[in-house]
Amino acid sequence: MASLKEFRDRIDSVKSIQKITKAMQMVAAAKLRRAQEAVEAARPYAARMSAVVGNLSSAMDGRPGAPELLVGTGKSDVHLLVVASADRGLCGGFNSQIARHARTEVSRLVQEGKTVKILCVGVKAADQLKRIYEDKIIDVISLREHKDIDSTVAADISARILRMFEAGEFDVCTLVFSRFKSVISQIPTAQTLIPAMQSLDEDATAPDLGGAAYDYEPDEEDILKVLLPRNLTTQIFQALLENVAGEMGAKMSAMDNSTRNAGEMIDKLSLQYNRKRQSMITTELIEIIAGAEAV
Amino acid sequence: MAAKLKFSLVSPEKELFSGEVDGVDVPGEEGDFGVLPNHAPVMTTIRMGTIAIKDGSDTRRMFLRGGFADVTPDGLIILAEEAVDIADLDAEKLSIDLRNAEEDLADAKTDEKRAAASDRLEYIRGLTEALAS
Repeated sequence: MASLKEFRDRIDSVKSIQKITKAMQMVAAAKLRRAQEAVEAARPYAARMSAVVGNLSSAMDGRPGAPELLVGTGKSDVHLLVVASADRGLCGGFNSQIARHARTEVSRLVQEGKTVKILCVGVKAADQLKRIYEDKIIDVISLREHKDIDSTVAADISARILRMFEAGEFDVCTLVFSRFKSVISQIPTAQTLIPAMQSLDEDATAPDLGGAAYDYEPDEEDILKVLLPRNLTTQIFQALLENVAGEMGAKMSAMDNSTRNAGEMIDKLSLQYNRKRQSMITTELIEIIAGAEAV
Repeated sequence: MAAKLKFSLVSPEKELFSGEVDGVDVPGEEGDFGVLPNHAPVMTTIRMGTIAIKDGSDTRRMFLRGGFADVTPDGLIILAEEAVDIADLDAEKLSIDLRNAEEDLADAKTDEKRAAASDRLEYIRGLTEALAS
């Protein structure tokens, strides 16, 4: 039977754990607010960007010489899956959700007989995917060295994807990330990055020009050449921001749960501790009384 | 009351300007041009430079590091890679940034890093010039 000291030690250790989870929850809450602001600030750019790309691609529609980034290579044999997850754990099922989504995506593609390559952004999903798809992972990009996600991080990743695309290493690029819906709800999403045509919203139609002709300066193709890589960066940037916000939201609720669990545990242990203490006092008293009577 | 131009300037990090103005001067890749209300639709790339946002007697100047301008009947949208309000610039801080950028360029080991550093340096030089003018 556990002694009183053991009980006290356990209560103390649960209390320290509770302090830590509480602190982590508060840090996550503060970071979440910043991340949420960043996501919301970045949304207009992403929205306008896809509107502009939509404009241009409807102008290019059906014309020869459209860039491959927009219309694809015409094949879909090799798929590149960019899996973006968090770099740290302790955020509930956040990373597992992304990894699971990526896994279903991979097994679907494999079943269709495609070659799959995986590029992991953020180490957590990579850790989970490594177990089954070790051979498919081409690289893991850690985000740990970047304190804040800014557009340069996204630019690095998109530059890398573009280099691979130009080298003909894949035909279709899909990004898996978690869309931040609310603090308690993040939805793992797969989004096609290349060809860009597929990811455009159905309703992103050309604006009504009132009969005027659109002027391009320089011409459409030159603009697209600059615009499409930018679009890629923007999409990745947006996804990374959504991920950070989602991670912090998930972490906040996970840590909130842990804090509450720790509280319950402390209550339970204190109750046991007090019972034990009382019963020991009772035993001692009985012993004393019995001793006194014997004299 | 003459018609106003709906104008929004967005960079990847945030929306810097959104509202109605009288006109905007834009440094296009193939020459500067002014956009007034009811401009013909045009889509163009922008080089690094200053845009002037005119509203009444006010002129706000912003420095852009390249991007795109899209003029539609709905107004003008500028997607900037990076943008700052010139009124927010600080000469002292810029000269420090400039020195740092020069050092970065000197320290850069790979071609990639060198290209990034020289881009950065050029941008800061542009900012300094814009502030001086």
